[in-house]
Amino acid sequence: MSTDEKTSPDTLPAYEHFAVEKNPSTVSEYMQAWWVKVRAGDLGSLPIIVGLIVIAAIFGSLNETFFTSRNFTNLLLQMAGWATIAIGIVFVLLIAEIDLSVAYNSAVGAVVMTLLLRPGDPGWPWPLALGVGLLVTTLVGLVMALIITKAGVPSFVVTLAFLLALSGVVLILTTLFTTAGTILIQDRVIKGIANSFLDATVFGIFGFWGWALGIGMVAGYGGSELMRYRSRKSSGLPTKPLSVIALQVGAGAVVILAAVYVANLDRGVPTVMLIVLALVAFWTFVATKTRFGRHVYAVGGNPEAARRAGIDVDRVRIAVFMICGLMAGFGGVILASRLSSVATNSGGGNLLLNVIAAAVIGGTSLFGGSGRVVSALLGALVIASVENGMGLLGLASGTKFVITGMVLLAAVLVDALSKRGRAAAGIR
Amino acid sequence: MTEPILRCEGVSKHFGAVQALYKVDFEVASGEVMALVGDNGAGKSTLIKGIAGIYPFDEGQILFDGSRVRIHSPRDTAALGIEIVYQDLALADNLDVVANMFLGRERVANGVVLDEASMESSARETLDSLAVTTLRSVRQTVAGLSGGQRQSVAVAKAVMWNSKVVILDEPTAALGVAQTRQVLDLVRRLADRGLAVVIISHNLHDIFEVADRITVLRLGQRVAVFRREETTQQEVVHAITAGTLNVVPGMQKDEGYA
Ligand SMILES: Nc1ncnc2c1ncn2[C@@H]1O[C@H](COP(=O)(O)OP(=O)(O)OP(=O)(O)O)[C@@H](O)[C@H]1O
Ligand SMILES: [Mg+2]
Repeated sequence: MSTDEKTSPDTLPAYEHFAVEKNPSTVSEYMQAWWVKVRAGDLGSLPIIVGLIVIAAIFGSLNETFFTSRNFTNLLLQMAGWATIAIGIVFVLLIAEIDLSVAYNSAVGAVVMTLLLRPGDPGWPWPLALGVGLLVTTLVGLVMALIITKAGVPSFVVTLAFLLALSGVVLILTTLFTTAGTILIQDRVIKGIANSFLDATVFGIFGFWGWALGIGMVAGYGGSELMRYRSRKSSGLPTKPLSVIALQVGAGAVVILAAVYVANLDRGVPTVMLIVLALVAFWTFVATKTRFGRHVYAVGGNPEAARRAGIDVDRVRIAVFMICGLMAGFGGVILASRLSSVATNSGGGNLLLNVIAAAVIGGTSLFGGSGRVVSALLGALVIASVENGMGLLGLASGTKFVITGMVLLAAVLVDALSKRGRAAAGIR
Repeated sequence: MTEPILRCEGVSKHFGAVQALYKVDFEVASGEVMALVGDNGAGKSTLIKGIAGIYPFDEGQILFDGSRVRIHSPRDTAALGIEIVYQDLALADNLDVVANMFLGRERVANGVVLDEASMESSARETLDSLAVTTLRSVRQTVAGLSGGQRQSVAVAKAVMWNSKVVILDEPTAALGVAQTRQVLDLVRRLADRGLAVVIISHNLHDIFEVADRITVLRLGQRVAVFRREETTQQEVVHAITAGTLNVVPGMQKDEGYA
């Protein structure tokens, strides 16, 4: 055991080894500990931060529009739907499965909702139509999960079959009532989801609710860190030093408030960000603070260990595919709202690739058991930046595909290489 | 000898054509260390996994505290107060030590939120009380632990639950001299506390040190049960390699082979 040598002299009896466990207590010690982890392949959010800086530098230098506030809000609108769908993909990847049907499933949800909204035919109120759309995509997740768990067929194959079948369903449903194959959404609320901004002026401040959202996020982040600090302190457990917490929350605050500031220079923070951030926060809570979340990680890490610990592994798998279906539904609605329509080609094109890439680029491992919900958001930001930047440069479709493919490949390589590094260093 | 707390009567298990267990009786009493020995493939782990609810026995019954129990899943076994440390340790590599020790039985505060602080405190307490560990941190992922450290975590996990029966499948196989010593001491201490302990091992020296009784399996059948003070290592070795079988594999006309 090489780690023994580092921690304490061999003369100490075993239990004292344990007692003298050393935790970093200053900012610089903390940075050192972090650097050791990074070198061992535990990269955390590092690749994404580096990636974003590189992408911004490239497109910023090639096109002056990239760094405008108008483009920034466009970017947020562009990534919202992808980030939402990618949340579901993160869960599926965590249990070491895959859902290739998400893109068309998301379109099915949007099409069902749109059809139910058609004025006078049947002209359902939006909450009902939205609810049914989400119900359908969740049920698709349930059916696939039942086949995967009960029949023991790999998720790759089952969801591939559903990819094909659901693309057919989208075609059938969109051409059922119109020959054009495009159905407009006329409901104001649904259209508003991805086409409105937190642009109200309250107390003479433009974008007041955007600021409120930003400050609320910072407060939530700082508050949860402090609560953790206090509960560990009161149980006599080692804690992260307050100076490190202050620094992390401070850095988060700068980034978040800068984003709000820039968005408010243009039309304000897109309303849809409220939904996306709420979903990210909720699912982060589920993944990290609940028993279910813990079981998801366990099933991804070692299903046999989970089973022997009395966890109903199949139930966890089924729940995860239903979550993926539900998030596909939400994402599909956001994407449809942005275009104010659904069409025969909804759910097609790059969508599947983009959402899986978002989850992986954000740092969720394809090998299961490792990743965070927020990686959906970060990864979608990267993908949207690349797509957005290439759009500004007016690149041809072929070039765009090649570049997007290379970005995904880079992300997967980082994952595989860091996994190898982690295995060598013996960390997760 | 007191009434056995755990008792298997005539349990059998086959995997395809392999009859891993054939009508085996097995018992362990509170306050006793029962060793389970036998050659590779004798059926020791299979017996344990059947008791654990990993898979059901084909026939036979399990009695706990005198009454018949049905075990359908690992959860049932844990609910009875039976804890098992598996040969293949069954820890989730991507989770930290605390998460592994509480896996499937996490504590929650106010109904939903994981109570990490209380779980970490209990895990530390148990690990400290066992004094078998050289862990750097209980928040380290299990992937980074040595074989002995993983074993320690698995044992600590089993004893943390105030169980009545603790079953250890080759707990010292991966351990060095000092850690083996500590696990054996621990086994003795558990029995002295009134727990029933089942220990599987290929090391007869270790077994003669801690066991009160020794059950010998051979080719899926129980061939002998010895009291430690009334037997010798030679006698046990003989039973392991040449104990008399009730049924000679391949010769019986039992429906199990039909
Ligand atoms: N899951 C399984 N599928 C098929 N055969 C199995 C399975 N588990 C065990 N067996 C077979 O059952 C027999 C008994 O195996 P078991 O693991 O119980 O042996 P053991 O006594 O624990 O041996 P060891 O000392 O090597 O751990 C062996 O012949 C083995 O090949
Ligand atoms: Mg075995």
